[in-house]
Amino acid sequence: MNRVKHLFDKKDRDILNVYFTAGHPQLDDTVDIIRQLSHEGVDLVEVGMPYSDPLADGKTIQNSSQKALENGMKLDILFAQIKEAREYTNIPIILMGYYNQMIQYGEAAFLEKAKEVGVDGMIIPDLPMEIYVQAYRNLFEELGLTISFLITPETSEERIRQADKLSSGFIYVVSKSSITGTSGAISGEQEEYFNRLEAMNLDSPTLIGFGIYDQSGYNTACRHANGAIIGSAFIRALESDGKLSDKIVSFLSGIR
Amino acid sequence: MSYSVNEQGFYGEFGGAFIPEMLHANIEHLSKNYLKIIREAEFREQFDALLKDFVGRPTPLYHAKRLSQRYNTKIYLKREDLNHTGAHKINNTIGQILLARKLGKKRIIAETGAGQHGVATATVCALMGVQCIVYMGKTDIARQAPNVARMRMLGAEVRPALSGSQTLKDATNEAIRDWINNPSDTHYIIGSVVGPHPYPDMVARFQSVISEEMRWQLQEHEGREYPDIIIACVGGGSNAAGAFYHYLEDDRVCLIAVEAAGLGIDSGASAATSLLGTKGIIHGSKTLLMQTEDGQIVEPYSISAGLDYPGIGPQHAHLIQSGRAQVLHATDQEALDAALELARIEGIIPALETAHALAVLDKLEFKEDEIVVINLSGRGDKDLAAYIEYLENPSGRHKSDH
Repeated sequence: MNRVKHLFDKKDRDILNVYFTAGHPQLDDTVDIIRQLSHEGVDLVEVGMPYSDPLADGKTIQNSSQKALENGMKLDILFAQIKEAREYTNIPIILMGYYNQMIQYGEAAFLEKAKEVGVDGMIIPDLPMEIYVQAYRNLFEELGLTISFLITPETSEERIRQADKLSSGFIYVVSKSSITGTSGAISGEQEEYFNRLEAMNLDSPTLIGFGIYDQSGYNTACRHANGAIIGSAFIRALESDGKLSDKIVSFLSGIR
Repeated sequence: MSYSVNEQGFYGEFGGAFIPEMLHANIEHLSKNYLKIIREAEFREQFDALLKDFVGRPTPLYHAKRLSQRYNTKIYLKREDLNHTGAHKINNTIGQILLARKLGKKRIIAETGAGQHGVATATVCALMGVQCIVYMGKTDIARQAPNVARMRMLGAEVRPALSGSQTLKDATNEAIRDWINNPSDTHYIIGSVVGPHPYPDMVARFQSVISEEMRWQLQEHEGREYPDIIIACVGGGSNAAGAFYHYLEDDRVCLIAVEAAGLGIDSGASAATSLLGTKGIIHGSKTLLMQTEDGQIVEPYSISAGLDYPGIGPQHAHLIQSGRAQVLHATDQEALDAALELARIEGIIPALETAHALAVLDKLEFKEDEIVVINLSGRGDKDLAAYIEYLENPSGRHKSDH
């Protein structure tokens, strides 16, 4: 069974999804980071495929992506790293990347390769739901890969229902109208939006991401959804001095 | 075959709106309203009045007699260089600022490469008393100082794009990110026929005034509405889109798009997107773009800051792929030579972008009675530094700033 689906079957609250950019800080850190996150009890790992033009991302992820590309990261290297990580862990692994990367690799080849090395699902923020249905839904279903669509405070109810229907892993709830990596406490307006979503009784699990960087944000997200996604804050922690495993342990102890 | 956009925002297989969900509400709102707004009589009146009294339209269609003699044909120059702010760019910014006002937006953002679109945007924002923020690559800020000064004098804030290669594509990324962060009060004025639908169609419509005037001007000069050949340079492709617009379905007219070949198509330093590019997504649009095998977008090169965009408007990708438009290329050196030639025999100093269109005259064979229109998209004041260097060393220009 798909590991993402299995996770949500057995656990419906306090899910922690941690994002990092593959190949950063060092090209070969990917496997160690996945292993360590798994070892520390993180529920889900979201591996970012570094991209030259990450439109939805703030400075932290932009810089980590650029650094990873300078380190020599390529999709085939990433696939090999995930394959290696799979020897050590059964944690659900999701790939996050941009549609252009998938097109250039060849969409079917890309998804088949991802499945083969042990990836469980995808987040492709610039792949519209309409195109997914027309061109890729069957392939995702045949391969047993999940997809998660994003919703934001500006997303209409009709569209949220569509995202609920089409998302096969979880719905990625973007916490506010912004790019990734913002700071500041969660506002009343955001809580209202989370309440609105809760009241919709969606079928898919929801994870709240964007601007979640500390324990308080994590707790708020877990109150309103099945869990939280943390990215930029984790990447900043990886960029600090010290041993990789210590940095990861120390960061996670500050979250839950 | 249709060369116009379909209801889903595609030109053949190109176009569409491949955007993160955060932009969806804004783009959908624009898609649903832009045609309705720009067809309103009140909008048309305001747009036409500003183009006439503020921009200085119609621009002349000038019969360049000495240039015609040199190439043994009949060449007209569509004088977009005579527009206020020095290029065709302002046709679009006038249209979009009126649209932004209709949409109730209070804050304008834009991207700029060479600074021409930035200046045109800053100008219309000053005209309307609206806040204006222009994103410009840090590298471009350094090499286009006069235009940066113009934007600041017009009251715009110029924000350096520090990400990636710090040029036009990164300035565009930064503007898109700003829009994601400020969805409700902000309108993004894109400067070319690129970006997610409806931008390519909307910008082409605002630029279509170029070929609309060409029709009646040719009728006056030649007794017929169409030329045999139209030549325009293409980076993103807004001036070409405007010059081609009313002739797309007219097979009698040969459309020629000229891309920048930089130091040469095979030199590794060019902006020959349609030739070297492959299908993919850039700035929310499916088109041809220059990228690595791994799908990383590549920084192009041209001496002209207005042509070094790694993609091409989706309509142009469709026109080229379907064979409706022909693509030719001009190197830095050929463009410089062509600029000097036009200056010396017609008394017009063209923009470096435009000089690429002029440079292909040498590569074409004309009949004596053919009517050729070259879209003279901009004037060369902004390029004086490059021209001075060239005049001092006419054949030995090296890629010094890249």
